Amino acid sequence: MIHFAQQGLNSAAALAALIPLHPPTASNVAGQVDQVFYFLTFITVFFSVLIFGCIFYFMIKYRRRSEDDLPEQIHGSLPLEVIWTVIPSIICAVIFVWSSYLYVRNARPPKNATDIYVIGKQWMWHIQHPEGPREIDALHIPVNQSIKLTMTSQDVIHAFYIPAFRVKKSVLPGSYNEIWFTPDKVGKFHLYCTEYCGAGHSKMIGWVYVMSQRDYTAWLDGQMKDQSMAQEGARLFAQLGCSTCHGANGTGQGPSLAGMYGKPETLKDGSTRIVDESLIRQAIITPNSVLLPKYPPIMPTFQGQVNELQVLQLMAYIKSLGTEERTSKQ
Amino acid sequence: MSTVVAELPQAPSESRPNYLTANYGLKSWLLTTDHKRIALLYLVSITFMFAVGGIAAVMMRIQLIQPQGAIVEPETYNKLFSIHGIVMVFFFLVPSIPATLGNFLIPMMIGARDVAFPKLNLLSWYLYITGSLVLLWAILSGGVDTGWTFYPPYSSTYSHTHVVAAGMAIFIAGFSSILTGLNFIVTIHKMRAPGMTWFRMPLFLWSMYATSIIFILGTPVVAITLFLMVLERLFHVGIFDPAVGGDPLLFQHLFWFYSHPAVYIMILPGMGVVSELITAFSKKRVFGYTAIAYSSMAIALLSFLVWGHHMFVTGQSVYTSLIFSVLSFAVAIPSAIKVFNWTATLYKGSISYEAPMLYALGFIGLFTMGGLTGLFLASLSTDVHLNGTYFIVAHFHYIMVGGAVMAFMGGIHYWWPKMTGRLYPDLWARLAAMIIFIGFNLTFFPQFVMGYLGMPRRYAVYPPEFQTLNVMSSAGASILGVGYVIPLIYLIWSFFYGPAAGPNPFGATGLEWKTPSPPPTENFEEIPVVTEEAYNYPGKKAVVGV
Repeated sequence: MIHFAQQGLNSAAALAALIPLHPPTASNVAGQVDQVFYFLTFITVFFSVLIFGCIFYFMIKYRRRSEDDLPEQIHGSLPLEVIWTVIPSIICAVIFVWSSYLYVRNARPPKNATDIYVIGKQWMWHIQHPEGPREIDALHIPVNQSIKLTMTSQDVIHAFYIPAFRVKKSVLPGSYNEIWFTPDKVGKFHLYCTEYCGAGHSKMIGWVYVMSQRDYTAWLDGQMKDQSMAQEGARLFAQLGCSTCHGANGTGQGPSLAGMYGKPETLKDGSTRIVDESLIRQAIITPNSVLLPKYPPIMPTFQGQVNELQVLQLMAYIKSLGTEERTSKQ
Repeated sequence: MSTVVAELPQAPSESRPNYLTANYGLKSWLLTTDHKRIALLYLVSITFMFAVGGIAAVMMRIQLIQPQGAIVEPETYNKLFSIHGIVMVFFFLVPSIPATLGNFLIPMMIGARDVAFPKLNLLSWYLYITGSLVLLWAILSGGVDTGWTFYPPYSSTYSHTHVVAAGMAIFIAGFSSILTGLNFIVTIHKMRAPGMTWFRMPLFLWSMYATSIIFILGTPVVAITLFLMVLERLFHVGIFDPAVGGDPLLFQHLFWFYSHPAVYIMILPGMGVVSELITAFSKKRVFGYTAIAYSSMAIALLSFLVWGHHMFVTGQSVYTSLIFSVLSFAVAIPSAIKVFNWTATLYKGSISYEAPMLYALGFIGLFTMGGLTGLFLASLSTDVHLNGTYFIVAHFHYIMVGGAVMAFMGGIHYWWPKMTGRLYPDLWARLAAMIIFIGFNLTFFPQFVMGYLGMPRRYAVYPPEFQTLNVMSSAGASILGVGYVIPLIYLIWSFFYGPAAGPNPFGATGLEWKTPSPPPTENFEEIPVVTEEAYNYPGKKAVVGV
């Protein structure tokens, strides 16, 4: 008997080992999201047990014993209706405030976050570090350092998801989406595409390697074979002829781009926009949609002539001009 | 159970023709304008489509037994889940209860001889059939692989499958929904029997009325959205694909503007059915009639204001997400009110457990779980983690299968004697109901865990650590499959050989039970005059409340 019980326990333990019940927790927000999750789970279990319990109790207690068994005809009860409207409303309000607080607080990346760029394409993740290293379906990052990913897609909609960090965002063609996180555990974690993107969707997966700062530096040094994104961008800037008009001294037909990044700029249509990644991308792909006053609309579109990676490299170059003195026609 | 036996001796009214025997021949069915015959035409057609979608589901669950995929290539798997979703949502769940039970019962419950526009009603069925045939052609000639959501630019530019045909199939079938909704609204407004005031109507009618509003307001939007997608695919008109100047998120806004209310198209009729079943089998007036009636209308209206909760991770503005989150929590409240009222209806009832009641009780429990897990997805920070994973799949199957399909099965079993004039073996029916309940939970509960662990949906192959949970889910699906086949067998048997049912085998109230089974073509010999509220079951004393 004891033997059987022992065996039963063993197989139960074996089963529990086969079925994980908790995903790894490896970022600053993961634990906080889990707290909301567990509270919601508690609410779900509580009300499910309440409803199932009432149903079973009533099923037995009020089962029909004979055909002349006449029930008491109750129309309803206003106090009860109020109670079971108000209590769920309060619970929902609590969850909403708590969960939204986390969401809003984590919406903006911190200023000191390290930039990394992600390009989704059927069916791989292309990761580009500003220092130059490129990776496919792998992301190497240092622990305890905030990372900001700027993501775009070269074809269809993808979604970038790291369960251990509890972060996810759509990766859209034609625009940039950002996510950020601070990994707090060294290890290897799943990376998935969670927006269906065609035949290879379920193979568009990879690994996130969270490394100690020292290992990360070593890894970065070992990778240093390419030029940095800004250097690549500078080469493209000359090669595509951008420098003809956007000369550093401001003598070309277009504005000098030095020092422009991150500053507000008033457009020809009167609107004011910050010169950010989205605006630079727009200026390269559809220049006539972001015209500056005082400059003629003569810039050709580069749609189809530069790929998403090259746009990002040009952007890195333009960003790197930020420190230089700005001289322009104005 | 005992009720059925007790009322068996009633003589079947073979003397006068009923709607089934009024005339014979294929033509008399294909050109009928009788709402009851149209309901049966729909019942046969949607059952066939349910089988198509079900076969796709079976193949998916077999595939997922092994992490590397057991039977098909990823391309084929993608077609399977697309077919499953498109067929089950647009060609089974949306028309299921409205087009069968709604068509059959709305005129009977309000004491009318037919719907307001009988010919339009038949046209609805032909539109549905045309859409179905176009879709079946698309499936047989190679399939479609966009998922039921058709997100561009994948659907409009990149997919090499029959996207245009599948999109147009839904476009055509959409008009069937619009016409049905129009018909029901006019019927309920204009054709109620004398004395049938709004607040004497059975709650099923309130839910059908709410559903019809969504049909009319929502369906045109999805039809046009899919049409725009088709335009972009065929003529490269830049609407959604940024490569030709479009906005891919515009599609998602338009699509979910319909497709979230569509969830309520699927569940509201089920709620109506359950209100009928709970009262009939506890011989009791429904608890909080007005609360349930108004909550149906509240759900119908709020359902149009929550679509953005499908897009919390698309990069929409934080403020937009906050508003959609709070509205999504708000839509949970009327659903909670209904659940509490149904449960309270059982209190001090005289409860019996024929098969329809088992389905109704199963509905309440599973819908409660489905609804509560919806809160995880209305809540912003948890949705970021769970969106796009199996948690979503589990959640909406609890609503659509645990809710809508359970209610459909319960409704079919409850009104089957009325529709066919015959009884089915209740023991088998109760056994099937329990097999379905167990199989359902084994199939979909593990998917909640999978989703929390991070397994993405729509994966043809998956990391091996999810295998145990997937095997459990597939095992459950095989039980669920058996549960669905059993009723198909005994109901077909019952249609031809079942014992006569008599007009009211369950001793229920409602005008539909006051006419012979099956009813004559004109439903009632004389239009009834209604003098009492719905669910006026005999009782000890009436405590006045709401």
